[in-house]
Amino acid sequence: MMPGNPIDIMVDRKVPAEKRAEMAHELGYDRPMHEQYLSWAKDIVFEQDFGNSVRYKVPVWGLMMDRIPRSLMLCGWALFIEMLIALPIGLLCAIKKNSLFDRFTVNFTLILTAMPSFWLGALLIIIFAVKLKWFPISGYQSMKYFVLPVFALMASTLAGTLRLTRSEVLEVLNEKYVTTAYAKGLPDRTVKVKHVLRNALIMVSVQVFMSVPWLISGAVVTETIFGIPGMGNLLLNSIVVQDFPVVQAVLLLIAILTVVFNLISDIVIATLDPRIRIELSGGDK
Amino acid sequence: MNGNKSKETLLSCLKNINFMVGFLMLLSVLLVAVFADQIAPYGFTDQGVGPRFTPPNGEFLFGTDELGRDVLSRVIHGTRLTLWVAVLGASLQLVIGVTVGLICGYFGKWVDKFFSFLTDLTWCIPSTILALAVVTIMGKGLTNSVIAIAMVCWASYARPVRAKTMSIKTMAFVETGAAFGESSVALMFRYILPNVVPALIVMVSTTLPATILSTTTLSFLGLGSQAPSPDWGLALSNGINYIGSAPWLSIFPGIALVYTVLGFSLLGEGVRDILDPHMKSQ
Repeated sequence: MMPGNPIDIMVDRKVPAEKRAEMAHELGYDRPMHEQYLSWAKDIVFEQDFGNSVRYKVPVWGLMMDRIPRSLMLCGWALFIEMLIALPIGLLCAIKKNSLFDRFTVNFTLILTAMPSFWLGALLIIIFAVKLKWFPISGYQSMKYFVLPVFALMASTLAGTLRLTRSEVLEVLNEKYVTTAYAKGLPDRTVKVKHVLRNALIMVSVQVFMSVPWLISGAVVTETIFGIPGMGNLLLNSIVVQDFPVVQAVLLLIAILTVVFNLISDIVIATLDPRIRIELSGGDK
Repeated sequence: MNGNKSKETLLSCLKNINFMVGFLMLLSVLLVAVFADQIAPYGFTDQGVGPRFTPPNGEFLFGTDELGRDVLSRVIHGTRLTLWVAVLGASLQLVIGVTVGLICGYFGKWVDKFFSFLTDLTWCIPSTILALAVVTIMGKGLTNSVIAIAMVCWASYARPVRAKTMSIKTMAFVETGAAFGESSVALMFRYILPNVVPALIVMVSTTLPATILSTTTLSFLGLGSQAPSPDWGLALSNGINYIGSAPWLSIFPGIALVYTVLGFSLLGEGVRDILDPHMKSQ
């Protein structure tokens, strides 16, 4: 599949061609592509074996086990803080629509989406690590090292979630049941929290679950800037040196996560919204 | 009547703040790109035009880098690459997305099922990851990374085009064309496509910022443009190495990038407001 030859990474350039062919044969690299793919898939399914890294010459699974927790920690915190910021501010923007605060926030999210995460990361380092010296520039020894990466990673999805919360709340505010709730004489606070926010959150929570794979892919960039040896970093380094067993394993893992989180978001939406549940089960006739 | 209508469109363009601001920003970027050779004080590969790591001053407005190259000149030459990426990326995505969308919407049945499955597949996997995989197979380089991005981002065109095609297909003029014996290809490209164009303009202008950002990200990761290209993403990843001592290396290419992407975003919002009032953002 990939250009270049894995044998070139494993051995010195001086090794003669016959020896290389022998190695390729031993490792099965000379077999047709579909055969290689099948044996790769079979090893994973039946023996939980992802093969060995061409560069490090150790099992891929061991390499990944070290790095998965770091990436998960990064993405988990990013998701948590994103919700913590996006939900209240989105609600506030919708309630105070067209106020100065609302306009400022909407324009700010526009700038945030135009800002590539690698540049935002660089700015954060310049301001908070180099000039103010509040946080370390790079590394992964303690929680302190994760503060800047989490913010850099979160920024891009934060803007989307915030805007979605705002537009969903605005939409729900126009619904008839909200008017009914007010007509019943419910206090403003109860309507906003119990009726509006609850309904608006359905789409938002789906969006949040769907955004997890995007966060993981965003982590490739963030981990590179801040020098955190996580999954993204492993993927990138393996691509650069064409360590293909590792690339395949990481891509497979991300693909699985994507499917799982899409499934979760489907389940969540059905749990939260009875209307969709009925639609899925074929309607209550 | 036709002249009247275009006059009206022009007026609504002039009145739309987003459109005008975005347009002016991009116009400035375009002018810089066209006259790069005249504006830039030095060539983008000229080494040692000043001392290494000179902070921004009167002579070197944006400072110099580790090889004594003028950062301002490199940023100016970078505009050409970015605009090239935008044009090439958008056209590739358009060609793939529109063709697939038209075929899906026009033929329906298993053809639609098959291609819709493909579309959903590329749609739900994060584009950066998929693009990384494609670049791994095709090899590094700016053109390759633009192609990689196009190969994973065309779904955002295919879906709406498919929906539009399905609704237009049943209209009387298409059936008339079919009755006159027009071929499927002619029906798709001469009858249906022109009616999708307004929606396409909106789609192009709203997806361009993402295209530029993803391609620059690949360059930043070292898989796109290779040195000594003045690509902004590459300049930024180089700047990260000297971030403690020479922050200007990463600040200025970033500002240029954000300025351009913001220009495209504003223009996109403006175009959407003008051409598609239903979708107007709240």
